[in-house]
Amino acid sequence: MTDTTDFRTIPELPAPSPSEVLRQRIFQHRGLMIGGGILAVIVLGALFAPVLAPYDPYLQDLANRTVPPVWMDGGSWAHVLGTDQLGRDYLTRLLYGARISLLIGLATAAISGVIGISLGLIAGYFGGRVDNVIMFLITTRLAMPVILVALAVVALIGSSLTTVILVLGFLLWERFALVIRASTMRLRTLEYVDAAKAQGAGSVWILIRELIPNLANSIIVVATLEMAHAIILEAALSFLGLGIQPPLPSWGLMVSEGRELLLFVPWLITIPGVFLFLLVLSINLVGDGLRDVTAPDGKN
Amino acid sequence: MLFYTVKRLGMALLVAFTVSFLTFALLYVAGDPATAILGPNATDVDIAYIRKHYGFDQPLLVQFIQWLGRIVQGDLGYSYFFQVPVSDILLQRLPITIQLGLLAFSLALLIALPLGIAAAARPNSLVDRLALFLSVAGQAIPSFWMGLMMIVIFSVNLGLLPSSGNDSWRHFILPTVVLGYYATPAIMRLTRSSMLEVLSSDYVRTAKSKGLSRTTVLYKHALRNAVIPVVSLAAAQLGFMLAGSVVIESVFSLQGAGMLAWQSISRGDLPTVQAIVLLFSIAYVALTLLADLFNAWLDPQVRMAQ
Repeated sequence: MTDTTDFRTIPELPAPSPSEVLRQRIFQHRGLMIGGGILAVIVLGALFAPVLAPYDPYLQDLANRTVPPVWMDGGSWAHVLGTDQLGRDYLTRLLYGARISLLIGLATAAISGVIGISLGLIAGYFGGRVDNVIMFLITTRLAMPVILVALAVVALIGSSLTTVILVLGFLLWERFALVIRASTMRLRTLEYVDAAKAQGAGSVWILIRELIPNLANSIIVVATLEMAHAIILEAALSFLGLGIQPPLPSWGLMVSEGRELLLFVPWLITIPGVFLFLLVLSINLVGDGLRDVTAPDGKN
Repeated sequence: MLFYTVKRLGMALLVAFTVSFLTFALLYVAGDPATAILGPNATDVDIAYIRKHYGFDQPLLVQFIQWLGRIVQGDLGYSYFFQVPVSDILLQRLPITIQLGLLAFSLALLIALPLGIAAAARPNSLVDRLALFLSVAGQAIPSFWMGLMMIVIFSVNLGLLPSSGNDSWRHFILPTVVLGYYATPAIMRLTRSSMLEVLSSDYVRTAKSKGLSRTTVLYKHALRNAVIPVVSLAAAQLGFMLAGSVVIESVFSLQGAGMLAWQSISRGDLPTVQAIVLLFSIAYVALTLLADLFNAWLDPQVRMAQ
């Protein structure tokens, strides 16, 4: 057996830069592209709601109540997705409702992220007794039934957009804490952290300047999952009448308002439900996709 | 094993104690509980009376210890709304929630375990892709909306099943499906990944190279170890399902503890709310404790790790 390949003659290909590799992986990831596409449409719809929406979301038109969507008998292009039981244009309310869902998702993930990331960093970096205390906090938080506690606290304080965001933000931090804790434990033993210590860097400097940039991927992935979680919970709270209050067009509240007409106009609950599903699905697809494309082993 | 058991039990008791304090603190979330009971138009005399009657004039710590002391003796307080002991109402309502929870849990396991194992046995096959699709889509469906859609399809359009109430076993079918579906994706994904990890381990390769059949390797060798993390997750999911019953029971008007919790929150009947929050939390603590002890018994690595 003779090996005739002469390795010296193979021209060396220029190695693709990390950002090129990442871009390639993103465009090859089907879930990420589909999720990103749906999410982009919803975000644009929410941002440009005042321009896109054909009507005022609070404008009642009692002469035109429960007009069916355009593809059903009796529907018209005047109200593409029909009108609700007060004659308000459903498409308009959906567009404005997207703003509420996205706001809830972003604000909740921001609050719970700050709490969870801080706790996770501290637990993972210092370990020992500090870690025990924080693990105890996480276990305690997990034992509290989220939906029930959120319902009770929102009802006691008085339900509003702000209360819902604050209550969910202070309840949904445990996944951030768990994931960041585990990643920090792995990172703190690496040589570059030792190098920073040898240079005389303090703990706070190491946590903020050395660890957080390396945890960015995990943080973004958990943040997307918690956004989706918060959006579903807000919808459930509003559905039960203890979240966003009328006349705001929260999608969960729209399902709840359509519920009494369930037998006669089922699309009043079908349409906002489908949009909730698409929004949560797209955020989850983006989160899963980002985890895949940023994974060191390059799972495709 | 004894050391591990004592340590784990101590942790569970500490968590239960902290959770009960937080539950007690719900009373003070909205400010003064006496004013909350009487409403804004109450006179000072009434407020003073209620404060004394319910013991709100005592120091907080004393109130908490007394409250906890009564709870431990089985006295869950007195419902503002029903004017009877909370434990009396819960005795009627809890069996429905427990029944729903266990049915939904069994359904979730019946779907999640076989699907997870099948997906891991043939990665990237049609079954695997279907399972992945179902779990990604399933996690995005809001359970209250799925419940309403089931009512539209199976009760209104097809007229097959009742939409609300709890008079017969047929009333439990739709709620069970919706609550069970909610727990399925997580259990299935973990079963799959845990199974994949075990299947790539050395001892499984040895078993295969000995010429054992695929079925023997899969079920006798791999599954036993793969199931360990799934036990913990399943216990936690059963705990979460109790809380999920709040939404599902409200959709289907099942008169269980979840529906009662929602109604009591709307009515401001705080002792009932506190009792249910506490019971659901303690149930979660107990379930995860049992799962951990079971795992420690199964797996020496768990009990010797400390």
